[in-house]
Amino acid sequence: MFIISAIRTLWLTFLHLFHKTETVQYPEQKPYLAPRYRGRIVLTRDPDGEERCVSCYLCAAVCPCDCISLQKSAAPDQWTPEHFRINFSRCIFCGFCEEACPTSAIQLIPDFEMSEISRQSLVYEKEHLLIAGTGKVPDYNFYRIAGVATPGKPKGAALNESPPVDPRGLLP
Amino acid sequence: MNAILLSLIQAVAVLLGITLLAAGLTFAERRLLGFWQDRLGPNRVGWQGTLQIVADMIKIFFKQDWTPPFADKIIFTAAPIIVLTTVVLAFAVIPLGPFAGIMPNLNIGLLFFLGMTSLSVYGVILAGWSSNSKFALLGGMRAAAQTISYEVFMGLAVVGVVMLTGSFNLETIVAAQTRLWFVIPQFFGFLPFLIAGIAEAHRLPFDLPEGENELGAGFHTEYSSMKFGMFFIGEYASIVLISSITVVLYFGGWHGPLLPPAVWFALKIGAFIAFFILLRAALPRPRYDQLMSYGWKLMLPLTIANLAITGALMLAGIE
Repeated sequence: MFIISAIRTLWLTFLHLFHKTETVQYPEQKPYLAPRYRGRIVLTRDPDGEERCVSCYLCAAVCPCDCISLQKSAAPDQWTPEHFRINFSRCIFCGFCEEACPTSAIQLIPDFEMSEISRQSLVYEKEHLLIAGTGKVPDYNFYRIAGVATPGKPKGAALNESPPVDPRGLLP
Repeated sequence: MNAILLSLIQAVAVLLGITLLAAGLTFAERRLLGFWQDRLGPNRVGWQGTLQIVADMIKIFFKQDWTPPFADKIIFTAAPIIVLTTVVLAFAVIPLGPFAGIMPNLNIGLLFFLGMTSLSVYGVILAGWSSNSKFALLGGMRAAAQTISYEVFMGLAVVGVVMLTGSFNLETIVAAQTRLWFVIPQFFGFLPFLIAGIAEAHRLPFDLPEGENELGAGFHTEYSSMKFGMFFIGEYASIVLISSITVVLYFGGWHGPLLPPAVWFALKIGAFIAFFILLRAALPRPRYDQLMSYGWKLMLPLTIANLAITGALMLAGIE
């Protein structure tokens, strides 16, 4: 019985000589990447061109391989990070940082062509990570929605935010 | 003087041809395996990847030639030499064309071939033994058991051909096949011979001495650089050897219509080599006890029955 099955296997394998090959000849022929493909990590800006990152450290906390390092700026009322560093030789492109980010600042884009000769060149600083655009969330500006007061926008002026209530005014 | 020079030139040409063919086979095998698995295989270096052989050769020559400190140095070095030498020596008796070949007229040609393939097993066993490591020893032991049990019916299978021609001379055997290839009257000798040949060459599905998934690399686990390269080349050369001896014994050697004899011989050998590669692409490796029981319980009775029937028919006067 095994002889018949072996001959059948040989014949079926031989027929594969005439099948189309599945190989994508990569550098000349690019593979199709889904729009949600998770590749290189970028830091996006809000529609006004300001950095979206508010240095909440959630991405660094959720990162399973500890490849994100950042430091909040020391200046008061300044929420952008002083440095923001991703070590892509450790990153596993899991996308947890993108999910954790409350301001949609950190995003993964479908670009994976980041080979380098030396490992050190895979450590990306903030200026390498920042892009000019808004990424996947075009009209989102964290500071216009959040209740935090910023220069030029007092408390209660954010979108969909009611004016602040003075709790003492309700006293009898 | 002239005759000596001529045979010397022929010997060097055969030696070079076999080594280059064996090296080329590594590339051909990878390409063919690729196509049979719906891939492309190596196609980057040179035209369609043909220079891949050169790249591999440079790589393997510049690797560190490491002899483990726990190995038996002399035997460890001798083992790959034995494997390659015996395989290449066996080519001496193969008739490559009507008057080509180093010594196709040797009156014990077939016995010489069988002796050389048996000797090449020593290389494998010694490699496994002198490596002084468990996986290598297991691989060597498997090689010994497998080769002994498959050699028994390999020898018996060719006896059918010898009975029909009455000669061990390979040239006579080829000459006897002008009318009818021996594969037709001796089909049940051909089948065990081919299977035993695959086992001799340690090719899948009988590559248990190597058994990558359970033994690392089997008998050549401890080998690196050109010592490993010699095993590798020896293995591919033995594929060529088994293919050519099968063609000589059962498929009429260089006989064929229209095309010149050398082309026919090359075509037939090529078909068998492709078949060997197809076997690797298609079949899984049997368990060790299955391998043994196929050999002793199926193939040996088959060859003995074939032998008895051939003898009975010859006695009765039917060809």
